[in-house]
Amino acid sequence: MAKRTSDRRMQVYGALLLLPAAVLLGTFAYLPTVATLINSLFLPGFRGSPPEFVGLENYALLIEDRTFWKVARNNLIYALGTIPTAIALALGMALFVNGRLPGRGLVRMAYFTPTILPMIAAANIWMFFYAPQIGLFNNLLGALGVTGPNWLGDPSVALTSVIAMAVWKEAGFFMIFYLAALQSIPPELEEAANLEGTSRWSFFWRVTFPLLMPTTLFVLINALINAVRVVDHLFILTKGGPNNATNLLLYYVYENAFSFFDRTYAATITVIILLVLAVVATVKFTVLDRRTHYQ
Amino acid sequence: MTDNNNKRIRLEGVSKVWRDVPAVDQASFEVMPGEFVILLGPSGCGKSTTLRMIAGLERVSAGRIHIGEREVTSMPPGDRGISMVFQSYALFPHLNVADNIVFGLRSRKVPKPERQVRLDKVARLVGLENYLDRKPAQLSGGQRQRVALARAIISEHPICLMDEPLSNLDARLRGEMRREIKSLQQRLGMTVIYVTHDQVEAMSMGDRVILMQDGRIVQDGTPGDLYNHPATAFAASFIGSPAMNLVPLVASRDGAAIEGEPRCAIAPHRAAGCQLGIRPEDIHIEPAEAAGVPAEVLDEEYLGADTIIRLRVGKQELRARLPGVMSLSGERSCRLQWTPKAAHFFASEDGRRLDLQGYDFAAARGCDSREDEAQTSTAHDGNYPPGVNR
Ligand SMILES: Nc1ncnc2c1ncn2[C@@H]1O[C@H](COP(=O)(O)OP(=O)(O)OP(=O)(O)O)[C@@H](O)[C@H]1O
Ligand SMILES: [Mg+2]
Repeated sequence: MAKRTSDRRMQVYGALLLLPAAVLLGTFAYLPTVATLINSLFLPGFRGSPPEFVGLENYALLIEDRTFWKVARNNLIYALGTIPTAIALALGMALFVNGRLPGRGLVRMAYFTPTILPMIAAANIWMFFYAPQIGLFNNLLGALGVTGPNWLGDPSVALTSVIAMAVWKEAGFFMIFYLAALQSIPPELEEAANLEGTSRWSFFWRVTFPLLMPTTLFVLINALINAVRVVDHLFILTKGGPNNATNLLLYYVYENAFSFFDRTYAATITVIILLVLAVVATVKFTVLDRRTHYQ
Repeated sequence: MTDNNNKRIRLEGVSKVWRDVPAVDQASFEVMPGEFVILLGPSGCGKSTTLRMIAGLERVSAGRIHIGEREVTSMPPGDRGISMVFQSYALFPHLNVADNIVFGLRSRKVPKPERQVRLDKVARLVGLENYLDRKPAQLSGGQRQRVALARAIISEHPICLMDEPLSNLDARLRGEMRREIKSLQQRLGMTVIYVTHDQVEAMSMGDRVILMQDGRIVQDGTPGDLYNHPATAFAASFIGSPAMNLVPLVASRDGAAIEGEPRCAIAPHRAAGCQLGIRPEDIHIEPAEAAGVPAEVLDEEYLGADTIIRLRVGKQELRARLPGVMSLSGERSCRLQWTPKAAHFFASEDGRRLDLQGYDFAAARGCDSREDEAQTSTAHDGNYPPGVNR
């Protein structure tokens, strides 16, 4: 009897310890999610009238919405353009600054600097690089006798320009994770491989890369989430233009909510974004995790 | 014979300097084909550095290294025909045992069927047949050790370097692995350089032991040489358990005597100012009436097979090791004897071995009868004169 009560006491104790985190998560993560989901089933009430329940009508609208599909496509291209490049660049930089290199502390700092800058500040800098007449890129190209494009104004170039800036911003951040992982690989592994005359290339693919797999996975998920989540630079660089050429999902949500004042439509797009991210996370935790060696 | 040529290792004045601090200083030695050579020394004396220079993992600061007829001083590690067992095993954590073992063969582009044949053979040799699918994390320390060993063997390099490969194992497993490594080396005829700071390993496994101190080679000889003719006081104190007793000698009337015990001269006058080295197992304890160096029993420590007895002679402490249970209960004062051959003499300033012969004081029936009486009278008293005690 005494044991049972003490068991129960322990359970209450444990529940109480979990409570603060649960309350925080509930109020600031799950509650808004549910509210968004509910919101997406209504039409906004105009001029003080209450919102009207319309079921899945918003979703039907969404499927019809050409702009939404364009924005979704943009986001896919944006993800495909930033993620592999940023990861490859991050890995390359990490391998480079992990080696014996004079002044490598300085190089590491230099590579990491873009990460420290707020996205808005970074976008402002790139604004100056991209400016059509006085911009750095076009000045350099001009010196070579080439007329540079209107980086942010030309719909066929603008998305690429935004991607380039995002890669620049993210690669340094991911490099830090790779660098930490590289430093946890014992140097004897390479020595043991060297004794057998293993080439550096072969060592990289047979040992380093597989051992970095958990990091790659982590970085990949972060990059994916960032591709959907971070749109700060659009406010500075293009505002989604020209003609939605650089518009991304979250920015479209913002536009709907705060420019067109269609809160419920914004909620609908948000639900779609959440769904996509949920699928990504599930794939990560089920498929990829099983194939990865964790130390 | 040409086959044996690439098994010989020769170092000529090899040094390694880390920012002006020499880790290895002018090391020269030669290892013959099929020899099992031990690099022995205290922590930080440069054993690993020497081994890594031979393997090519560390650049030499000066000197030359030859393997067989080739000078390999600046050759990359992969071209030297050497395999190595690392202290930490250096197994690839993401590969299973089989892939770990054949890693080098894949690097050398050995065709797959041959890889399989060699893997089977080596796995049987080290008793890992049933573990080939496991990851290193799923193995015990001894099994990991064997994977590392298998990886070194399968390459069929004529030379194998081992850096304290047994230091992570428990005492029983270590003894087992010692025998396994040794028998494997003999069966395969490998040349092995084996680093350890464990003197038991050194004495039991080595055909030859190279003793290092502060980056220098102190002595290079067979285990017997090291035990019977230590080249310096350091070598004497490093080999043997408990270590050899080292006590300063001072001049007395009849010759050199242990400091604080002038009654019994144990060596000629020339030995005064030197150090006497005497192994605990060479000391015989006799009753107080017998001949020998007067001593006082401080305590005894029973170790099973033998007993370590702590003794005071003059101002010095000595340790003696006697077989079995030695009960000296009650017997506080006694006499110590040893044969002249058991006494080693070392210069006090640099520890160099001196070619001196001790007195055969035990056979000569007492050092000095007058002193004998003095000793007996104090024994009767049950009280020692303070001069002897301190
Ligand atoms: N990379 C390095 N940089 C600077 N000093 C080093 C380096 N590696 C070793 N040393 C120094 O060289 C000396 C010899 O080191 P080494 O590793 O050869 O010792 P060891 O005899 O193998 O010792 P242990 O038994 O502890 O392994 C040590 O004093 C050590 O501090
Ligand atoms: Mg070492």
